[in-house]
Amino acid sequence: MASTTVTPTKLWSGGKSPFNVEYGKLMMWYFLMSDAFTFGAFLISYGTIRFSTNGWPDPNLVFKSFPFAPHGVNAPLVFVSIMTFILIISSVTMVLAVHAGHNMDKKKVVKNLIWTIIGGLAFLGCQAWEWTHLYHEGAWWGSNPFPNADGTASSTNFTNYFFTITGFHGFHVFSGVIINIIMLIMTLMDKFEQRGHYLMIEKAGLYWHFVDLVWVFVFTCFYLI
Amino acid sequence: MEHTHTTTHDEHAGGGVKEIVKVTIILSVLTVVELVLGFWMMGMPLESTMRMAVKGAIIILMMAKAFYIVGYFMHLKHEIRNLIMTIVVPLALFVWFIIAFLYDGNSFRNLRNTYDPYFKEQSTIKAEKKEETKHGDATHEAPKHDEAKPADPKAH
Repeated sequence: MASTTVTPTKLWSGGKSPFNVEYGKLMMWYFLMSDAFTFGAFLISYGTIRFSTNGWPDPNLVFKSFPFAPHGVNAPLVFVSIMTFILIISSVTMVLAVHAGHNMDKKKVVKNLIWTIIGGLAFLGCQAWEWTHLYHEGAWWGSNPFPNADGTASSTNFTNYFFTITGFHGFHVFSGVIINIIMLIMTLMDKFEQRGHYLMIEKAGLYWHFVDLVWVFVFTCFYLI
Repeated sequence: MEHTHTTTHDEHAGGGVKEIVKVTIILSVLTVVELVLGFWMMGMPLESTMRMAVKGAIIILMMAKAFYIVGYFMHLKHEIRNLIMTIVVPLALFVWFIIAFLYDGNSFRNLRNTYDPYFKEQSTIKAEKKEETKHGDATHEAPKHDEAKPADPKAH
């Protein structure tokens, strides 16, 4: 044994947690990092194809309708901004649930988890409506009714990428809702009270925030620019 | 790892409801600014320098939002330095990914526009009027949808 006292280099010699987080949380971080590369690959592929094409549909002419609005309504960005705010707010309630977990406040954990689940379901509902609407306009994988912004005929790249990437994101939202429901059931069964900590909620929270994070990128890449 | 959950309790330096409220307001304001820029951009001519500048500003705002979500909601900013580095350093690969692939896509377009007359000609064909594209789109072979039928993705 060397005679040195505790130094940063000694952090890795055992008996300590070098990252100061539990194993599961660290692995969740690594999983999310790999998932970030998956989404990154999708979005960069989309960008590459868009850069290699002369024309591209104008998102403001594609995403311009609203549920229950009269036919032919022109409201670009309105519906998607509602979807964005739903996801941000559900992320906030998730943070509040994690925070309540630190204080061992079961009631608040349950309340905030329920709000998070409602937010997730609302987002999925919005997406389902949007997909159905676009499908009825003739858009689907392999079919693109929207001309390019400069009036030229478009390829199907636009709809292929849109449905693939928002679909993959929606699948993440769906699995996040399932995870949150499981967390809610475990909280109600007092599983975390017995364990003495609510760290599981934190890991589910990391996943849920990641879903929100990805939407920030998807929203920007498809609807704004 | 029995000891870990005792260490995780005292690590939460920042945090608190105050910080959550603060970050929520920041994220909402950034989103509203993005939307304002998006609406403002609609009136600008395509491919104009101003439009490109606004798109750049939107991307910077997007990165700021990502920073706040990862740093505060996912709590990464309050983790110890080693953990921050093990997550952030690999993601730096994206800098190369984005530059390399977008540059490649752009170069491919320029090469085709220069050396491939068919490609150039194809991308100048005007699309048909909107009323006609709804019923039958002659510009590509994709199957058209019958609006009366229920949605069935298997049909394609």
